[in-house]
Amino acid sequence: MMTPRDLFATAGRALRVNPLRSALTALGVIIGVASVVAMVALGQGAQRQVQASISSLGSNLLIVVPGASRQGGVTIAPGSFNSLTIADAEAIQREVAGVSAVAPSQRGSAQIVAQGANWNTRIEGVTTEYLAARDWEIASGRFFSDAETRQARKVAVLGATVASELFPNSDPVGERVRISGGTYEIIGVLDAKGQSGFGQDQDDIVLAPLQTVKRRVSGRQGRANTVSQISVKAESEDALAQMQEDVTNLLRQRHGIGQGEADDFTVQNLSSIAETAQQTTQTFTFLLAGISAVSLLVGGIGIMNIMLVSVTERTREIGLRKALGARKADILRQFGLEAIVLSLAGGLVGLVIGALAAWGITSLMGLPLAVGAESAVVALVFSALVGIAFGSFPAWRAAQLDPIEALRRE
Amino acid sequence: MSADPLIEARDLRKTYVMGDEEVHALAGVTFTIPRGGYTAVIGPSGSGKSTLMNIIGGLDTPGGGRLVIDGADVGALDDEGLAGFRNRTIGFVFQSFNLLPRLTALENVELPMMYAGAAPAERRARAAQLLDRVGLGQRKAHRPTQLSGGQQQRVAIARALACRPALLLADEPTGALDTATTREILQLFDDLNAEGVTILIVTHEMDVAQAAKRIIEMRDGAIVSDRAVVKGAAA
Repeated sequence: MMTPRDLFATAGRALRVNPLRSALTALGVIIGVASVVAMVALGQGAQRQVQASISSLGSNLLIVVPGASRQGGVTIAPGSFNSLTIADAEAIQREVAGVSAVAPSQRGSAQIVAQGANWNTRIEGVTTEYLAARDWEIASGRFFSDAETRQARKVAVLGATVASELFPNSDPVGERVRISGGTYEIIGVLDAKGQSGFGQDQDDIVLAPLQTVKRRVSGRQGRANTVSQISVKAESEDALAQMQEDVTNLLRQRHGIGQGEADDFTVQNLSSIAETAQQTTQTFTFLLAGISAVSLLVGGIGIMNIMLVSVTERTREIGLRKALGARKADILRQFGLEAIVLSLAGGLVGLVIGALAAWGITSLMGLPLAVGAESAVVALVFSALVGIAFGSFPAWRAAQLDPIEALRRE
Repeated sequence: MSADPLIEARDLRKTYVMGDEEVHALAGVTFTIPRGGYTAVIGPSGSGKSTLMNIIGGLDTPGGGRLVIDGADVGALDDEGLAGFRNRTIGFVFQSFNLLPRLTALENVELPMMYAGAAPAERRARAAQLLDRVGLGQRKAHRPTQLSGGQQQRVAIARALACRPALLLADEPTGALDTATTREILQLFDDLNAEGVTILIVTHEMDVAQAAKRIIEMRDGAIVSDRAVVKGAAA
């Protein structure tokens, strides 16, 4: 019986006889494993990013936006587009249990001009609760006070992107910028949050007091007390579902919506959005990995094909080995191991290429890299299994050869 | 002759079915070969000598009769048993040498010992010693393609002796060699036999058979003559 060392030496030697053929045979597995690794890494990266960006919007958060579903066209009151008001926000704060922060906000867009630089961005009019509701921190300077909000002072807090675009080399705190014709003092800069799950740069934003924005930036867009969004933060995740129902009921009541009529607002639960997004990316990961697995299968068939050719070519060698005392098990192991070594080597190379490809694509797309140790192990185990599965038949054929016939073959 | 012969064949039979015709390759063959013998089996093609050689070598199984070699009932061995039998009891020498082209002379000689499970150092030493014995001490690292036909056959003989077999079984060992080289190989057989190796040569050349001490002649699956060679009359 051959020792494992002899077996490996024999298999290695056989594969080195025709290096080009061995390499081309392994190529099928290389491509298969590389694409599986790359696709899984890509999918996991996307998943991770969706998770991160959704939690960066704020955890345990409900976002109420006005009238996404308007029914019956003209019969709906024209004001319904801006159906949310500051009073609604105050009512939620007052009447809904489990609320930790309520932050009404008004969105607008504006051109911001600093000395020599200008930038078009989102300007968000917010109250002091906004940072708490969105889990956001001040990086430098300070946030505006209640008094400044009430008095509609012209102060602004810049998002990280805006700050670096307008003041690439200096601290913007204390500087002045012009927004929609007014001069604002910059009192702070926000922490960087990165991209949201929907590809939007969350740091491309300027925060100013709600009343300031309503009067000076988006005043024409609606009545004085309307807001474009209310962020409601729950004390805990468990309270979120109940809170969603309570907020909906409260707003229906406040807006005088009767039974059977459609809401003139939408309450979005970010964690359910996160879940959906997660499921979607997971499905995509499975799909991509599945398609890649097919190429791994094709690679396995390539190995089987070449191993069958090899057994035919080496019939005489097999006959000789049997005459010298090789048992069926020895021949079976020799050819089986050849297939496994071929497949495993392909798997290793494929793993490296796949990881490199994943790294390239993720860094190109700005996704977090996620080539886990588990995907490396899975790739290698799978390529070994491919070798066993597709090497068994040729090896069995070799072991079954009749030594007399085999020795007679030219 | 000793009381314990190496090969004891009694009424050996083997029938092949070709289409709807039965061919009696061996039609009841009986003989004994003592330990230390040097025997040639001779006959034209179709005489059954190749079938006999395959059965003695454990590559084929007898269809009838009884064959005991070195105490083992060959007909009763299963597949695994036959592999072990070929490995330890028989040393094959083929007409076309059958060396593995990718292995060096030394590695080719090691091959049977590898299947016997010998430790690498042990089999390396034994293979080197055998190559020295057949006069190829300087060619250990050569590959078959770098060796002449006679040298390749010497490597094959060294390989056949690797596991100290009870029988050296040679099938037309000089069929691919010229006259001078044939003489060298036959001389080597002579020397090995003198050292106690039991040899059985299968050939259709009377010149080669004459080198043995005894000639068994076959025709149509049966032994037609079995005689000792008178030395001095040959060569």
